[in-house]
Amino acid sequence: MPAVSKGDGMRGLAVFISDIRNCKSKEAEIKRINKELANIRSKFKGDKALDGYSKKKYVCKLLFIFLLGHDIDFGHMEAVNLLSSNKYTEKQIGYLFISVLVNSNSELIRLINNAIKNDLSSRNPTFMCLALHCIANVGSREMAEAFAGEIPRILVAGDTMDSVKQSAALCLLRLYKTSPDLVLMGEWTSRVVHLLNDQHMGVVTAAISLITCLSQKNPDEFKTCVSLAVSRLSRIVSSASTDLQDYTYYFVPAPWLSCKLLRLLQCYPPPEDGAVKGRLVECLETILNKAQEPPKSKKVQHSNAKNAILFEAISLIIHYDSEPNLLVRACNQLGQFLQHRETNLRYLALESMCTLASSEFSHEAVKTHIETVINALKTERDVSVRQRAADLLYAMCDRSNAKQIVAEMLSYLETADYSIREEMVLKVAILAEKYAVDYSWYVDTILNLIRIAGDYVSEEVWYRVIQIVINRDDVQGYAAKTVFEALQAPACHENMVKVGGYILGEFGNLIAGDPRSSPLVQFNLLHSKFHLCSVPTRALLLSAYIKFINLFPETKSTIQEVLRSDSQIRNSDVELQQRAVEYLKLSSIASTDVLATVLEEMPPFPERESSILAKLKKKKGPGAVSVNELEEGKREGGELNGGGGERGGDNSTIAASNASTPSPSADLLGLRTGPQVSAAPPSAGSLLVDVFSEAGVNDDGFLSSAPPSAVSEDAAPPLPESNELLNKFVCKNNGVLFENQLLQIGIKSEYRQNLGRMYLFYGNKTSVQFVTFTTTVSCPGELHPQLNVQAKPVEPLIEGGAQVQQVINIECLGDFCEAPLLNIKFRYGGALQNLSLKLPVTINKFFQPTEMASHDFFQRWKQLSQPQQEAQKIFKASHAMDTEVIKAKLLGLGMALLENVDPNPENFVCAGVIQTKAQQVGSLLRLEPNAQAQMYRLTLRSSKDTVSKRLCELLAEQF
Amino acid sequence: MIKAILIFNNHGKPRLSKFYEHYTEDTEQQIIRETFHLVSKRDENVCNFLEGGLLIGGSDNKLIYRHYATLYFVFCVDSSESELGILDLIQVFVETLDKCFENVCELDLIFHMDKVHNILAEMVMGGMVLETNMSEIITQAEAQSKMEKSEICAFLSLCRPLSFSVPDRTGRRRPGLLELQHAPYRPSRT
Repeated sequence: MPAVSKGDGMRGLAVFISDIRNCKSKEAEIKRINKELANIRSKFKGDKALDGYSKKKYVCKLLFIFLLGHDIDFGHMEAVNLLSSNKYTEKQIGYLFISVLVNSNSELIRLINNAIKNDLSSRNPTFMCLALHCIANVGSREMAEAFAGEIPRILVAGDTMDSVKQSAALCLLRLYKTSPDLVLMGEWTSRVVHLLNDQHMGVVTAAISLITCLSQKNPDEFKTCVSLAVSRLSRIVSSASTDLQDYTYYFVPAPWLSCKLLRLLQCYPPPEDGAVKGRLVECLETILNKAQEPPKSKKVQHSNAKNAILFEAISLIIHYDSEPNLLVRACNQLGQFLQHRETNLRYLALESMCTLASSEFSHEAVKTHIETVINALKTERDVSVRQRAADLLYAMCDRSNAKQIVAEMLSYLETADYSIREEMVLKVAILAEKYAVDYSWYVDTILNLIRIAGDYVSEEVWYRVIQIVINRDDVQGYAAKTVFEALQAPACHENMVKVGGYILGEFGNLIAGDPRSSPLVQFNLLHSKFHLCSVPTRALLLSAYIKFINLFPETKSTIQEVLRSDSQIRNSDVELQQRAVEYLKLSSIASTDVLATVLEEMPPFPERESSILAKLKKKKGPGAVSVNELEEGKREGGELNGGGGERGGDNSTIAASNASTPSPSADLLGLRTGPQVSAAPPSAGSLLVDVFSEAGVNDDGFLSSAPPSAVSEDAAPPLPESNELLNKFVCKNNGVLFENQLLQIGIKSEYRQNLGRMYLFYGNKTSVQFVTFTTTVSCPGELHPQLNVQAKPVEPLIEGGAQVQQVINIECLGDFCEAPLLNIKFRYGGALQNLSLKLPVTINKFFQPTEMASHDFFQRWKQLSQPQQEAQKIFKASHAMDTEVIKAKLLGLGMALLENVDPNPENFVCAGVIQTKAQQVGSLLRLEPNAQAQMYRLTLRSSKDTVSKRLCELLAEQF
Repeated sequence: MIKAILIFNNHGKPRLSKFYEHYTEDTEQQIIRETFHLVSKRDENVCNFLEGGLLIGGSDNKLIYRHYATLYFVFCVDSSESELGILDLIQVFVETLDKCFENVCELDLIFHMDKVHNILAEMVMGGMVLETNMSEIITQAEAQSKMEKSEICAFLSLCRPLSFSVPDRTGRRRPGLLELQHAPYRPSRT
């Protein structure tokens, strides 16, 4: 007897399946299937009413045929009829057919909805579950309209069976996803959140998916889930491996649910309530500790489940990004996994580290693993893992290791899998640009990139290298030399020819002095590639040739010869023909001066976000980047396309070649009045005589950007956020004071007695130099007699990507309230930048800590009992009330933190003396946190009333 | 969210496909082929995760798979799922099948597609996980087959033991999936 002797006796089905499996060819299989379809069709259409069993059998056959990839266009009605059967088997197969085969637009939905309605009100849990499954599977709008009101009621009703509750939760989630407007949680919210407390773990498992989704959409309404989730997690984590019985999976208590709880917490910032937060931190620590314990089982499932929780815990730690201690532990744990023998763990560790690398606390720690990661890139057998390694290298790259990382990525590119080459190329191009300290390195890198993986170098990449070479005259000669050398290779990529043509056309003169790269040699080299190139590249080369005529008059006759040849001037491609004709004419009729003007060196490109970055974001999928950014990327790409790639020739001719444009001279004027050219500073390398300058067309442009008028401008008023920036530095001396798209200002400072020294670091974040960079430090108004500030002069020029340092000496003469002002002015491109900030010099910087015993403290406290000597503030906590953090801040303030002084151990007391040249001001501080109310009371007493007041103001912003 | 669950054999023959997002029938078949192509060319002992194919959403989605004897079990999930968690889930699914079919093998999946679907429905619903507790899932599955038995018995008036496992055509039992979890590739014509 073959495989058909089965319990449920659907013999016909088994025979059919066996037949199909015995078919020797695809044709035979199709034939058998068509025969069966015809048979079923006739049965369904036949006069004889089919019984439920037969219907079930035929529907099963249809399902099987469907799975094999054949279209099923009938049987739906029969399936719907099965829904109303009273027999479980028939009902169930009907629902199965519908969930597999009926799409959400089907016209049958109304009939199906009726059957579902009956089953939902049947109070038979099995039938209810079947109906809920069906809704969740189809999930159409009609279904949402019919059931969105009913399902929350089933979900929270006291008498609903657990299994039905589980199904109802996920069913509701599905409807919420398809039609959020129809699912109104309102009154149910709190009861749904409390499902996290349900006794049945299965209910919690199902409900947590629902709650996570709802929390993401309405975080405020579901905020209460945080504390419930923490306590649930805490109970699971601290339970013994046997406590949860069936929910223990290979000795790990409820791993799935733990992961989901940790995910839910990632929808929210760290809990504000100190107790909840403490409990959570404890959980996270326990999870990290468990990772170090010996495994309870050798089975891979055990370590899998344990690590699933561990990775989610690490994600949460990274998400909070506020617990340095946990972050370091997480980083170490991931470091261990990087070398683990399980490939899965190496993969996940690389992936998690990518997010960790962007946290300022752990960036340095991540960087220590660079060798391991490079090794992974070289030796991993699995492309998925290698790709993650490449991602991580990209994420951990900074100025200090850019050269190493870029070199490694380049060498990996030579053997990289085809599927990831394009992305790798973009990444190398971005890193090379972002961290280029010297631009000859950048040019080398990009040219190498084109050499190694030319096919994968997109337009954006080579546009970009040209933009940068045009904008930076210090690299132009090097670039010309390097492309010239690269073009010597017998076979070079077309992209290399494009870059070569463009750069030699612009800057070939810079290397023409060497007889080995004389103008004619350059031209012959370029022209030797001409016939191998596609039409757009040839067009670009023609433009390079006409530029050659301008740069090197001695090549004129040779080039005219080439342009005049039939293969150019009669080329079948309209674009090439037109260029050849126009360039030939231009070179023969225009005077040297006109030619020089028309073919002038390209003006610098305006600086914007790299178009390559936009491209990478686009590649990473729509989720990673907002529509705006994409639009910008597109616009930029377009502009480069028109303005960058093609401008290699010259605007007039290109414009002329774009269909019917006016005569070149009219166009030239248009060009002259164009904002870009008139705003461009005269390039140092420009050899060209400006014929139109007499007409005064571009004089205005130069005048309006003339430097002298700018320097005399007044200092800008302080930035609105400068007070906030100041507050950041009350309790610390080092850090980043200010950062925008152009400039970063870092601070290091040290104080002793009444003296201080501050180092300011101005970093140029762009690739263009800042010129006429000046800074002034001033003490406005009353501050002048109290504070003496001397700033050493600073370099007037900051190269792109470079940093300069300025030293400021400070002397405190008397106590003060205001902060000195720092004004910075410089030119970037042509535009004047002018900004003012407050220098973070505050009175507390001149504190000397004073240790004293409890007795002394209270004695002095009493001595300072006059009302004006005390300042007090009661305020709400704006950060988590973490004891360690508060202590760190108070120490940063500069006072001595006194232990065992206050009778209440929760309170903090400090003492210190402010050193000014004129006098010393003793100060005492008391900070009383109230964790329940999330409030603080801060009291300061000092011998000078203004000091108490000022300290109180400053400190109230810190906690 | 789980976007799709696919089971196919070493030759790419689909044994179960369940999509939790709507695709046309044509696209579904293409996704199965694409996924098979992506997964089957990977060596044993490499990692169990890879980026999803283009049809199912590219790098926003991950394919998480396990290879048991003649079958690949592939879950296609978005970024909200824990990779290792899903691996555990696949294991729970296979172990559950193994318990329900008593040493499950590919033939069981072929001849009892509806039951496999039912068991899966006890675990995953609308792309979200409903239950991870194996004994709970088995209890539900057994309750269903009991109900089925009683109805079928009433119909055919014959009763057989509860188990619905299938002997091989030769009469011998085929080795189950779990026994062959890391067995080398072995061709099986179906």
